[in-house]
Formats: sequence, structure tokens, C-alpha cells
Amino acid sequence: MNYTLDFTPVVEGLPSLLTACLGTFALAICGMLLATVIGIGGVVLRQSKIAPLRWLIISFVELIRNTPFLVQIFFIYFALPLTGIRLDPTPTAIIALGINGGAYAIEIIRGGVQSIPKGQMEAGLALGLHKGQVFRLIILKPALKAIFPSLTSQFVLLTLTTSIASAISAYELTSVSQRIESDSFRSFEVYFTVTIFYLVISWLMMRLFALFSARYFAYPVK
Amino acid sequence: MNDISTTVDSTHPMISMSGVEKWYGAFQALRNINISVEKGEKIVLCGPSGSGKSTLIRCINHLESYQKGVIRVGGIVLGHQAKTIDAVRREVGMVFQQFNLFPHLTVLENCMLAPLRALRLGKEEAEARARQLLERVKIAEQADKYPAQLSGGQQQRVAIARALCMRPQVMLFDEPTSALDPEMVKEVLDTMIGLAEEGMTMICVTHEMGFARQVADRVIFMATGAIVEEAPPAEFFSNPKHERTRKFLGEILGH
Repeated sequence: MNYTLDFTPVVEGLPSLLTACLGTFALAICGMLLATVIGIGGVVLRQSKIAPLRWLIISFVELIRNTPFLVQIFFIYFALPLTGIRLDPTPTAIIALGINGGAYAIEIIRGGVQSIPKGQMEAGLALGLHKGQVFRLIILKPALKAIFPSLTSQFVLLTLTTSIASAISAYELTSVSQRIESDSFRSFEVYFTVTIFYLVISWLMMRLFALFSARYFAYPVK
Repeated sequence: MNDISTTVDSTHPMISMSGVEKWYGAFQALRNINISVEKGEKIVLCGPSGSGKSTLIRCINHLESYQKGVIRVGGIVLGHQAKTIDAVRREVGMVFQQFNLFPHLTVLENCMLAPLRALRLGKEEAEARARQLLERVKIAEQADKYPAQLSGGQQQRVAIARALCMRPQVMLFDEPTSALDPEMVKEVLDTMIGLAEEGMTMICVTHEMGFARQVADRVIFMATGAIVEEAPPAEFFSNPKHERTRKFLGEILGH
């Protein structure tokens, strides 16, 4: 092996790599917010009295969890325009990440809701609260607390999945690094650096979740 | 359309159940239940486990549905429509065996939640009411703690205060001391006795026969989903009429 490492192209590309990290971060945060909305909304519909709504959610979860993310994002980006829905790469990536993460979040949050003792619902109803209020004010927070570690790892995974959005050239770390790599042919240096960046992004994300958890779920349990 | 009354009317008994029957599939949980409870009356409901006593009181605030019969709370006929169920639940407080405090809310917030959200009181009024009732169950100094930081007895007293914050006309107690360590039973019973002395209408499912002797106007004994015997406590304990009642009393008082 007489390969000489040369980080010059990486150093020169550092400003664009760092901004691309922000792109990745933004994609991930937007994707997570959407996934959380879909997750909580999906759990509510999944418990609905109206059977077709339940079936809709069950089918959605099965469809998303049993197909590749790359195909899902291609479907939105390349196939949906034929129906007149034409989106830019970044919105496409956010929606795909949100839908994909949301399907997993539904199952995770549902597990949390099921872990809450029935007495909590009954106490709320006996106090004259409506079912919706009981879910929102009594069940949801303890349910999220119970499954927060699982949700954290799912969302770290979602963060890393943003790299697949490079396939439709969304603005994020992997697509920017591909550009630097194809201009310089410095594959090792570029992907070594990008690996470190992803590691830092994941770690930051976990810290963020831990901080959120310490703030929002601080109440003691037995 | 018939008019559905949703306000309590003082000319009716506080609670009446007539011909109430309930099944879980093929299993009959309640058989022809007829009870009338006047305002201010205290009823103790006892019986072996599985006799339907919890099911009975859970029908009164419609945590359980029933297939036959009529339940009235005040003048309100408890139908299966959301409107009458809501009206009844606002008048009927319930205390559970497992306390069922909300773990993510402080003691004060537990007490304020329903007045804020179900009665739509203002924040100040709800808080004043909550503090006053926490004072009454002698736990005001714990207002900012979370349920997990309290003992079982303290938690159950908070649960009583929480129910009272809705200013209910009736209180239902579903084995309120059964999950407590023995040394905490008294503080909860004392709270309940205090409530009884203030004239609250109460139905208590309990095996605390001392409590029954001291505060009950009537003791109702149930077995296999039916009311077997109903008498004032003095008579109930000294002169039970039915063999089933004697056997039950022998089992719980015999040691």
C-alpha cells in the first residue's frame, strides 16, 4: 500500500460539509416532528371505534414497515409527480422520513399506551373527563415516558436514514460529501470524515433526547 | 324526543337502582339489584370476592355498563348516552383500591385537573378549592409533591380530596383500604368517617367491619351477584338472617 493520505480536499470542503451537517440535522428534526405527529395521531385512530379507521392505520403500518425506505422515497419523488404532486427533494425527504418514522412510532407509542394501567383511564372518566381529555391529559405523558428509550433509538435511526435522501439529492451530509469525493477522488478521507460527523450528529441527538427527557419526564415513579 | 334531565333533583332518592342486571358474556355479574339510597345515607357493601359489589358501584358512574334495569342518580336517569353519563359523573366521586393518582402531576395538579377541564373553573378558583380540600384531608403540606413520593395512606387521602374537588353529591369507595399497609388504614378510615359526619352520601365497598359499625346506616351483603341481606349494622352483625351471611361474617370476624 503506497496510498498517501491527503485531507486537503476535505479541509477545503469543510465549510460546505459543516453546513451540510446542519441540513442533515434539519431534515432529521423535521422528520421526527412529523413522525411524532403521525405516531400519536396514528395511535388515536388505531383505537378508534370506527373499524375502517383502525384498518387504515394497521395497513399503513404494515405497508411502511415492510417496504424499503429507498423505494418509499423514490415513490414520493418519482412516482407521485405522475398524479400531479410534485415536491422538491428536501420536502420529499422530510415527508418520507416522517411517514417512515411515524409508522414505527405508532407501534412504539401504542406499546406505551397499553402499558398504562386501566385504572388511570377509569379515574379520569370517573372525574368527568372525556375520553379524549383522558388520553391527552392523563395517558399520553406517562405512556411517552415509558417508551422514550425506544423512541430515542428509533429517532437516532431516523437521523442516520437521512443519508438515503442523497439518492434524490436532498441537501444533507451524504450528498455533499459525494460531490466532494467525485471531484477529488479522495474516497477514504471524505468518508472517514463523514463517518466522524455522523457519529457526532448521533451523539448530539441522543444528548438532546436525554435533556428533553430530563426536563419533560422528570416526575418520580415508584 | 323525550327530554333528558341532567340536573340533580332533591325530590328523588340520591341513588336508586331497580332491576339492574349485568352479564359478562354468559356469566351473570349482577342479578336483579334493587337499592335506594337517600341523601346523607351511608351504605357499606360487603361480600366475598367475586360477589359483584365492585361491579355494582362501578355501574353507578357507568364505568361498567349494564344490560337491564334502571339506575337513577338524583333525578337523572343514567342512560347510555354520553350526556347523562357526563352529568352523573360530575355528581358522583369515586375512590379506587389502587388510588389511581396521576403520576405525572403533583398532588395539587391531580386535584385541579378535573375542576379545570370538566367544570371549566378558573385557575385560581380550582387551586383554592384544591388547597382547601387537601387541608381537609390533612395533607396540604404535600401539595407540590408527586404521588410516588407519598405513602399509600397519603395517596389515598389525596385521591379522596381529588374526588371531593368536583363537589360531588355522592362518594363511591371501592375497597379504599385493601391495598394499604395495615398502619395506614386508620388515617384513610378517619378521613372517611370525617366525611360521613359531614353528611356526605356514601357507598363503600369494604371489609372494614369496624367502619361499618361506626358509620353505616345500612350494611348490604352480596353473594354471586345478588343482594342477600340488607340491615342496619347492629342487626346485621348481631343477628344475620341468612346462612350465607353468617358464614361470611364467621370468616372475616372469626380470627
